[in-house]
Amino acid sequence: MIKLEDVHKSFAQHEVLKGVDAEINKGEVVCLIGPSGSGKSTLLRCINGLEAYQRGRISVDGETVDVGAPTIHDIRTRVSMVFQRFNLFPHRTALENVMEGPRYVLKEDAQAARQRATQLLTRVGLADKLQSYPSSLSGGQQQRVAIARALAMQPEAILFDEPTSALDPEMVGEVLQVMRALAEEHMTMLVVTHEILFAREVADRVLFLDGGRIVEEGPAGELLRHPKHERTQDFLRRVTHPV
Amino acid sequence: MTGFFANAGIYLPILLKGVWLTIAVTFLALTLATLLGLVWALFRTSGIAWLAMATRVFVEFVRGIPILVVLFYIYFVMPEVGLDLTAFQAGVAGLALTYSCYIGETFRAGIEAVDRGQVEAAKSIGMKQPLMMRRVVLPQAFKIVVPPYSNNMVMLLKDSSQVSVISVAELTMQGKMLASSTFDNMTVFTLVALLYLCLTLPLNFVMRRVEIAMGKAQ
Ligand SMILES: Nc1ncnc2c1ncn2[C@@H]1O[C@H](COP(=O)(O)OP(=O)(O)O)[C@@H](O)[C@H]1O
Ligand SMILES: [Mg+2]
Repeated sequence: MIKLEDVHKSFAQHEVLKGVDAEINKGEVVCLIGPSGSGKSTLLRCINGLEAYQRGRISVDGETVDVGAPTIHDIRTRVSMVFQRFNLFPHRTALENVMEGPRYVLKEDAQAARQRATQLLTRVGLADKLQSYPSSLSGGQQQRVAIARALAMQPEAILFDEPTSALDPEMVGEVLQVMRALAEEHMTMLVVTHEILFAREVADRVLFLDGGRIVEEGPAGELLRHPKHERTQDFLRRVTHPV
Repeated sequence: MTGFFANAGIYLPILLKGVWLTIAVTFLALTLATLLGLVWALFRTSGIAWLAMATRVFVEFVRGIPILVVLFYIYFVMPEVGLDLTAFQAGVAGLALTYSCYIGETFRAGIEAVDRGQVEAAKSIGMKQPLMMRRVVLPQAFKIVVPPYSNNMVMLLKDSSQVSVISVAELTMQGKMLASSTFDNMTVFTLVALLYLCLTLPLNFVMRRVEIAMGKAQ
């Protein structure tokens, strides 16, 4: 569904992605792991057309992702993104945040959009927070609203950029729980995460990004338990035994 | 002192005529400057390189010219190219043009102060630039912009006195004429100053309340 072919991305002289090849199939949950600064966020942002890339090709359902092309807006409605720092609209309530896309981008009528937004917020456990503003919600609640906002677009896939890294530890579980439920419904997901346990349990496949390339990839259980590449081994040792 | 009050009673009705004109000039110029300023700001943040650059050059150009010169130019030079404006129209146009550039810069700074993450969130749900501006960026930028914009308003009100040089009979002009016919500089200009304060202080007060109200709203 999402395909990356020899993708190169530089910031000025600094080449961050040096030829990335990857494919995410429909209904698949893929976790992207790798050291800090290896370009995981950049990769996701390129897929969502928030960054331009210089060489190679990214496509969604065969349609090329090109920041400058008029098709980009439509592609973005089909591939949603959940950010590390939530990025909820602070001047709108939880309900309005979730309704915003359906109402103004998909141009659904207010009644239908409201009804579905309410359902989605209920589904992520926030039925009692519909009228709350982001500033009065905890990090975990904000991230669940953000997931509901992404779902409201009825996307074919969702990209998650370290959705739990900005959270206090006691709130990580509630967000992962929502993501686990999505995975069980076979939502196509590409998840950048340092939650190795989550990846092992939920992911179908894991990609290890380092030095601007996918160094290793494979079924989650296998790659995370028996990494073949030395750099993968090092990385996993450091993440799972931080001291 | 009794002389002051006795004469003030005579001068005040004359000066009040100027006050109304000051209010009219300020109100019209502010409205135009705000609309134009918003246009400049949207151009500059449009992401369309040539449009942003052209606007930037224009704004820098106007900001580099004293208001007096802009007023002279519009009132005395424009008629030579066929644009014949009354003093009042020229005054409003000059103030509006100059302040649209100040206000535009204020708005631009406000737009750029909105968190990048907001733009990305808006884009990621498929919003195009105009919708994103309307629904996400501008509502947040307005809040940031209220204090510097209030400042622009008060400055514009005071700078409306500049249009007296092209003989618009606003408050300062009325004061000057009255003082030169009565030689009572002290009373006249004290009254003029007080009348300006009667305009600026309430304006400050109202804008402070707006600021507080917007701060409280989410
Ligand atoms: N907008 C940018 N401008 C310049 N360099 C950037 C920008 N965004 C990211 N980088 C650089 O790209 C590299 C990869 O960043 P990022 O994708 O955020 O890594 P990760 O998400 O894996 O931690 C880093 O070296 C970072 O400094
Ligand atoms: Mg990152």
